[in-house]
Amino acid sequence: MTAPERGRRIGIALWWDAIRRDRQARTGAMVLAVFAFIGIFGPLLVGDPQALVGIPLQPPSPHHLLGTTGQGQDVLAQLVVGTRVSLLIGFGVGFAVVLIGAIVGVTAGFYGGRIDAALSLLFNVFLVIPGLPLAIVIAAYLPTGSFTLALVLIVTGWAWNARVIRAQTLSLRQRDFVAAVIVTGESDVRIITSEILPMMTSLLVAQVIGSTIYAIGAQVGLEFLGLGDVSAVTWGTNLYWSQNDSALLTGAWWTFAPTGLCVALVGFGLSMLNSGFDEISNPRLQLERAWREHLEHRGMKASRSTPVVPEHD
Amino acid sequence: MRFLLRRLGFYAVAAWVALTLNFFLPRLMPGDPATALFARFRGRLGPEAMQALRETFGLTQAPLWRQYLTYLDHAIHGDFGISVAYFPTPVAQVIGTGLLWTIFLAGSAVLISFAIGTLLGVAAAWWRRGWLDGVLPPALVFLGALPYFWLAMVALYGLGFTLGWFPLGHAYSDDLTPSRSPRFVADVAAHAVLPVGSIVLATLGGWLLSMRNTMITVLGSDYVNLARAKGLHPSRVVLRYAARNALLPSITSFGMALGFVLGGSLLTEVVFSYPGQGYLLVQAVRNQDYPLMQGIFLVITLAVLGANWLVDVVYLWLDPRIRDSAS
Repeated sequence: MTAPERGRRIGIALWWDAIRRDRQARTGAMVLAVFAFIGIFGPLLVGDPQALVGIPLQPPSPHHLLGTTGQGQDVLAQLVVGTRVSLLIGFGVGFAVVLIGAIVGVTAGFYGGRIDAALSLLFNVFLVIPGLPLAIVIAAYLPTGSFTLALVLIVTGWAWNARVIRAQTLSLRQRDFVAAVIVTGESDVRIITSEILPMMTSLLVAQVIGSTIYAIGAQVGLEFLGLGDVSAVTWGTNLYWSQNDSALLTGAWWTFAPTGLCVALVGFGLSMLNSGFDEISNPRLQLERAWREHLEHRGMKASRSTPVVPEHD
Repeated sequence: MRFLLRRLGFYAVAAWVALTLNFFLPRLMPGDPATALFARFRGRLGPEAMQALRETFGLTQAPLWRQYLTYLDHAIHGDFGISVAYFPTPVAQVIGTGLLWTIFLAGSAVLISFAIGTLLGVAAAWWRRGWLDGVLPPALVFLGALPYFWLAMVALYGLGFTLGWFPLGHAYSDDLTPSRSPRFVADVAAHAVLPVGSIVLATLGGWLLSMRNTMITVLGSDYVNLARAKGLHPSRVVLRYAARNALLPSITSFGMALGFVLGGSLLTEVVFSYPGQGYLLVQAVRNQDYPLMQGIFLVITLAVLGANWLVDVVYLWLDPRIRDSAS
């Protein structure tokens, strides 16, 4: 593919390309697709996760593929139904914190001066106050439920995004094309939405992915402590009940092992997808790939990053 | 010096925000906060205890600003009120028993993870696209995606329960009294292996990736090429020239990582019944011991702020650019 051809690929096609081209991104996308499928259709395929179907703490058997919980519920059904809620909260919070981060960050970076100073102080303070203890204390005061949980995660999670987006806005603000648009007298809102934000699409996507990883982890952690809705079926409450029924000390590994693995797989898939997308936003990596492909084409091996001259060590 | 003072000012603001959040949180509860709070303790606490509680939170009939000032006054003097669950022990005293354990647990986990992860990052960047670089980052990203406490549960189940190599919880054996004897130290170390180890495993990937990525940029820079061209020994080029400079971003994120690890270690403590802040905090939440809960939140926040300031001092010492611009 020649350079102009690559340049013309925009929008969805660009992202699709990144997934297809990069092995890591491909792996990540496939893992996520499987979980999306489970989240959407899974609950239709398994029985009621709350139903008492057998003797408590039975190990995995053909009848109950992942065994039963301390209450005698089917672990697999709980896992599958939990996937939907956990992913919904995870992605919902992921989007919300990036949205808030973008509003605060772009405002701070674009207007500068006192507005910047005040907003920067705000998000830096939120960054330095440890998030999980704050989340625990807030959640302990509010009535339990999925909505509360999401709210708490948003309050404690937006600051990092604001900081990164502010830095990016600051650097875009200096560019000539933005200066040119300002001179033409466009409104601030238009400059931000049609000149600045599109320039950081890849950053925003990376932030959503990163924030979703955070949200899923923190959500599972809080629910594990019993700060979610313990009567709901989610990954975190599954672990809460597992700990509560002292699964650990009775050797019932099947009540907690699969859930943790699912959390990790989703996080892993998201991270892999992110590293594939890196290349879209990082021209240095694009050059590097082009250079490597060029070398491999000629039967050589690239040894180091962005070398200026081919080297022989 | 000005740099350090400015940072100190910032941490003072952060501490004030934490205090203020702490003040308004009880008032977030639906309905009238005072009634809601006290309804839970009715019957469990005598009138004088209720009065103490009321005063700590400033939940009196006085106007809000006066309540706020009363509360600030108490907090500045280290008076976080009286614990409900451990009545009549003051909150500050209850917290004191757990603080050292948490600092020990989270502190050693962060330091070990930082040291190992950074060294691995250097190695992965130097032998780029080698087997180390191919295997370690994805493997550690996967480990990092595991919730800390879940890793702790698996370690406890596998190495503690099934194999019996390590104790199943607590900070030291019941039959020992805290002392400086080698036997007690060894016992504490044995109890710390699983909690510290699981946090280290979960956080290693972040340090590795951050160091690896900065190293890759630094290794491509002119002065490193010059050092190589001069024929310096590779180990000298990597450690003295590249790694030293690539370390700065990792140091910057060190302060923030402290907060995260502290959060994670709270959950780990719960899994191991480790007698630190996390275990206390969760007990406080379960017992609806609000004074203790809020006291723990404040103490953890102040600890993180203090640690961040120490990181600033180290940073100033390491980065001549800031040192010069500051003086």
